Amino acid sequence: MYAWIWRHLPGERLRTKLLAALALAAAAVLLLWYVVFPWLDAKLAFDHGVVDGPAPSAPASPSR
Amino acid sequence: MRTLIRGLGELFITGGLVLLLFVVYSLWGTDRYTREQQDRLGEQLAKAWQAPPVTTEKVKLGSGLAMIRIPRLGSKYRYVIVEGVQPSDLRKGPGHYPGTAMPGEVGNFVVSGHRTTYSAPFNRIGELRRGDRILIDTRRRQFVYQVTGRQIVEPDDVEVIAPVPNHPRRRPTERLITLTTCHPKYSAAQRLIVYGRLVETRARVTAPTSPQAGG
Repeated sequence: MYAWIWRHLPGERLRTKLLAALALAAAAVLLLWYVVFPWLDAKLAFDHGVVDGPAPSAPASPSR
Repeated sequence: MRTLIRGLGELFITGGLVLLLFVVYSLWGTDRYTREQQDRLGEQLAKAWQAPPVTTEKVKLGSGLAMIRIPRLGSKYRYVIVEGVQPSDLRKGPGHYPGTAMPGEVGNFVVSGHRTTYSAPFNRIGELRRGDRILIDTRRRQFVYQVTGRQIVEPDDVEVIAPVPNHPRRRPTERLITLTTCHPKYSAAQRLIVYGRLVETRARVTAPTSPQAGG
């Protein structure tokens, strides 16, 4: 996978290839951090401080 | 075959790195969201308190209700309490259980908050000792509660949010506050509960955010 990406990176010299790889990695991290993780985190609840039993709470609606 | 195995290995390593990054995001990245929401809610609340009161002062789910301050946790410790305890509400800040008493009322004013992640408003409430003050600011009044005790319970022990905690059938006569958060930290196995009782009601000091040309 990574070998394939490396071969398809633009540029002839090592410097430009490295820069392109870095940019690609940064783009992936930003996409995860600002788009994927907020979405994913809303679906999970590791930190849950509410006591709940038979309370008449509506099923979690994302509101708005 | 070789390339397949190598590809799989790379995939797993990548997956592991992504998971690590997600942990970092959960612990620190989520604070930003809560801070933004708190700023917004704080401004809304300050504006609403300056406007003349509406006759039916019903708080909408997800909007600000009061300010909480706990001097023991530092002079900067202040959060807007939102109405509601759905996950989407608690991401904005500590949330008031709908249907429990409002601040200063007879009964139990119950607030839940994150212990970790999303600015972790209740991260350090385990440090509260008997006699520590919890200040709740509303439009006109400041309610001073004093911590009376704490307890660690199971996640389904709803009796702790009853009007008289742990006595669901009894009629309330006292003005109480109850804070709930998860326990231990980074887990949701149990709940940490902090109880308090109203000891003083005074006029709210309208100093900190009002007179400047705010926007």
